Amino acid sequence: MRGQVQGVGFRPFVWRLAAEFGISGDVRNDGEGVLIRAFAGDVDGFVGAIKENPPPLAHIDTVERAPLAGTAVQPGFSIVETDRSSARTGATPDAAMCPACHAEILDPEERRHRYAFANCTHCGPRFSILENIPYDRASTTMRAFDMCPSCRAEYEDPADRRFHAQPIACPDCGPRLWLERDGVEIEGDAIAAAAKLLRAGKILGIKGIGGFHLACDAANEDAVRLLRERKRRPKKPFALMAPDMDAIRCHAALSPAEEALLNDPAAPIVLLEKADDIPAGSLAPALAPGLSVLGWMLPYSPLHALLMAAVDGPLVMTSGNRSGEPQAIGNDEAGTKLGPFVDAFLMHDRPIARRLDDSVARIVSGDIRLLRRARGYAPASLDLPPGFKSAPPVAAFGGELKSALCLSRAGTAILSHHLGDLEDALSFGEFQKAAKDYSRLFDHCPQIVAADLHPDYRATRFAEAEAERLGVPLTRVQHHHAHIASAMAENGWPADGAPVLGVALDGLGYGPDGTVWGGEFLAATYSGFTRLACLRPVPLAGGDAANREPWRNLVAQLDTAMGWDVAQKRLGKSALAGLLSEKPVANLRVLMQRRLNSPLTSSTGRLFDAVGAALGLAFDRLTYEGEAAMELEALGAGISPDRAYPFAVVEAGNIRHLDPVPMWDALLTDLADGMPPGQISARFHLGLARATAQLAKKLADEISAGAIALSGGVFQNALLMRQVAEELDGCGLPVLAQREVPANDGGLAFGQAAVAAARALR
Amino acid sequence: LSHGAGGRAMAQLVADLFVAAFDNDMLSAGNDQAAFDVSEGRMVMTTDGYVVSPLFFPGGDIGSLSVHGTINDVAMAGARPLYLSASFIIEEGFALSDLSRIVGSMAAAARDARVKIVTGDTKVVERGKADGVFISTTGVGVVPEGLNLSADAARPGDKVLLSGTIGDHGIAVMSKRENLTFDTEILSDSAALHGLVAAMVAAGGPGLRLMRDPTRGGLAATLNEVAASSGVGFKLEEAAIPVRPQVHAACEFLGLDPLYVANEGKLVAVVAPDHAEAVLTAMRAHPLGLDAAPIGEVVADDNRFVQLTTAFGGGRIVDWLSGDQLPRIC
Ligand SMILES: [Fe+3]
Ligand SMILES: [Mg+2]
Ligand SMILES: [Zn+2]
Ligand SMILES: [Zn+2]
Repeated sequence: MRGQVQGVGFRPFVWRLAAEFGISGDVRNDGEGVLIRAFAGDVDGFVGAIKENPPPLAHIDTVERAPLAGTAVQPGFSIVETDRSSARTGATPDAAMCPACHAEILDPEERRHRYAFANCTHCGPRFSILENIPYDRASTTMRAFDMCPSCRAEYEDPADRRFHAQPIACPDCGPRLWLERDGVEIEGDAIAAAAKLLRAGKILGIKGIGGFHLACDAANEDAVRLLRERKRRPKKPFALMAPDMDAIRCHAALSPAEEALLNDPAAPIVLLEKADDIPAGSLAPALAPGLSVLGWMLPYSPLHALLMAAVDGPLVMTSGNRSGEPQAIGNDEAGTKLGPFVDAFLMHDRPIARRLDDSVARIVSGDIRLLRRARGYAPASLDLPPGFKSAPPVAAFGGELKSALCLSRAGTAILSHHLGDLEDALSFGEFQKAAKDYSRLFDHCPQIVAADLHPDYRATRFAEAEAERLGVPLTRVQHHHAHIASAMAENGWPADGAPVLGVALDGLGYGPDGTVWGGEFLAATYSGFTRLACLRPVPLAGGDAANREPWRNLVAQLDTAMGWDVAQKRLGKSALAGLLSEKPVANLRVLMQRRLNSPLTSSTGRLFDAVGAALGLAFDRLTYEGEAAMELEALGAGISPDRAYPFAVVEAGNIRHLDPVPMWDALLTDLADGMPPGQISARFHLGLARATAQLAKKLADEISAGAIALSGGVFQNALLMRQVAEELDGCGLPVLAQREVPANDGGLAFGQAAVAAARALR
Repeated sequence: LSHGAGGRAMAQLVADLFVAAFDNDMLSAGNDQAAFDVSEGRMVMTTDGYVVSPLFFPGGDIGSLSVHGTINDVAMAGARPLYLSASFIIEEGFALSDLSRIVGSMAAAARDARVKIVTGDTKVVERGKADGVFISTTGVGVVPEGLNLSADAARPGDKVLLSGTIGDHGIAVMSKRENLTFDTEILSDSAALHGLVAAMVAAGGPGLRLMRDPTRGGLAATLNEVAASSGVGFKLEEAAIPVRPQVHAACEFLGLDPLYVANEGKLVAVVAPDHAEAVLTAMRAHPLGLDAAPIGEVVADDNRFVQLTTAFGGGRIVDWLSGDQLPRIC
């Protein structure tokens, strides 16, 4: 049996079923998965039962059956200890506390009553404590804790839920929890004391599974504001943890798919639309200013469960880092870096081997959409589509922001956890470490290295150095081609499949023509692409400054669409005209005319910024990436537009431009008529979605595409994603959108790997 | 100025202009070369071509720039510059009045620096074969005994000293060229630094590891080069790097990082820790080092990164760039 079958309680599960079906023989881990030898009994029933209901963390990919020749029948069924070197891996994702462990810590009769580090083969820390392979206790950060006789007995008993549960622990022998202030441990019940501080409006540093959190009472506006001030994070939304599902239900309207995702062993942060009738005062307004969604998660470790039960209300649980830096994982590191932010630390002494942020997901059109792939998902492998099995191993290093790397081999790929923004030196250090870490854990030696076209991405530089070090070729993959390939590969589009029509709505990516791309319609196969159409390019006025200041994109759009004089007349004496009069528009137009640090861009992200700025959203400056676009989405969410803004399609040389000129014309008319911003946003979203879908269908038809693929960071926008999907519904072609691979740059490396592999196969 | 027929007379006219302006015996002697005595110690020699648009900018012009730039390249070895040569490539039709203004500015710059322009050459080329005027200057100087400044000499723990504000020259030239108006006019910092260097050498002696003038590519390019040559990294404190408010504002507007913007009258020095204080004091006592500041230190780093740390922690990697500053955010 192949798949995620090692280190997840598979062998004892098989052992128990063997008894049930009267099977004699044995089970062992080997280099490919789990090998079962069955000699007597109801083998069909036995295999059926294994496939039917495997352990919670197991995924069986393939079952291969072959007759056994010439081996004598032996009585009973045994678990064979494997020679360690032959076991393949055991690097599996961390899993949220299981119901059995939860019940145990609540039961005063149990020896793990109120024990913050209870776990079993069905749950608990894995990748976050893994130092080496194969996965056994000695190669985890639990090696410092000697098992007591009771734990040892459970660990060795195949009938026990904790048989070979490597992080097994109890209050007698396992990690310890304490509360400390100013480096001094405070006596007494740490959970109760921590809860008391939180309820009193204090800010706590909490050591969890993949790193430290900063926590405060989510209902306490003063506490939330104080946390914002200390963390220097004026507006970016904070994630929340609720004691249980009911507590989330008070604040968000939950679909069954959203409930299931909250309860998933991966336990991601799930973005949920705010309920209309949130009880007054139950959530601080400063949690997510201007947004209609909040990120929620459920307690995913006993520590969190105990704390949340004691607090009995939602907590802010934001990653414990200084702005731009990776989250702290070491106790001393946290003391130094987070000490100034917090009033106390809830600490423990189980070291974290690997920094894993909370994953972030959303349900859109009934499907999971991962925005950040980290704890609970990494390092699960992703299957590559048919035809990739014979491709040589590839290491792909992704982009600059939301970086992640990807190792592929023999038809599967490992997409790393989120590694942060590489401009930050510590994050880049993490990235370098992860490159070593993953290649060691998965025993991966690439024959090809893949990187983005952008010459100054640090990941590109790193890839160049790796290719040189290893003496293997480097393949460069255009940013949006990688996005589209990522969507194709995630959806199993075959290696030799027909070309697809790829729609990449994105922030920025370097184009082979030296301009900056980001609203692309590509005819794509894995190995190559042709640019068929794009959003009409406008200057990115002041380069990265335009990425920070939405007003620049508004000026660039209006100037290009109708000329500044006309735009000014149309704006008249409106509030927007007032805002613009404060800005150095004349100088900005000089920049654009002279192309001074103002490359042309077809970015969809910057179009969102421009429309956001027209409504006054983050007009001067973004305080976090995507702020204007997220607020624009929030304005339009829940409003049914009575019309869609028009876009034009115009021939521009050998490609076509999706031209927002008519959209701007209609939008300015609406602004002048005092149309509510929610309606304007809704009309914009619907207009862009329709225009995108119509152009996509037309182009798909022209090139006889086999499918339409959607990717790029803009598709994180649920409103747009849903509308584009609806507009494409019934077009007769499969729509390949991203799910467990992020549509943002977190999914780039996966697409790069697919492209590099396909080029090698050609 | 004209080219071809009549060009000969014109060349004579120009030569006379130079002889009068630069006014020294060696040039006046009218030979095709300058002859001078070789002094004790080691000599340094450097050459640079000057191409700038516009030719006249706030705080200087191509003439003063071509003197300062080459003097500074000599001076960064810790040397005392002695003589310059100058070669002009002039586009046909270039106004004589502009040329004499440039020559006058060169002469003044050389005089102020006490450096003689002792030999030179002029060519007038067809219209379109040049852009106004290009100047190439070569400089020689002498290095004091025992001083050996070199880009591979930085060691972890060494201090980094910057002589003043950064970004002035690049922004001044760009604003003028592109006709951008800012609230306050920004002047080029173009200046000859050998006087400042002499003071630093006197104060720092063997504690001085290296000096560089962060011209094209700015402080970022310069320190990345040093990091690569020395096999070290740099940690700079963002708040310690002096930038004029108007330059900061202009950079914000242009979307440029002042660390990558050119300077023509600033130097950055790497100094052994126990000599840093003395060198800094000497710098601040010199008119061109009034704003001198310790901006960070050399660190051991296999990546050879130049990092910028902010007051709130966090270290931004200030990489070398393959070309212009390109937008990165996606
Ligand atoms: Fe992207
Ligand atoms: Mg030179
Ligand atoms: Zn469990
Ligand atoms: Zn125990």
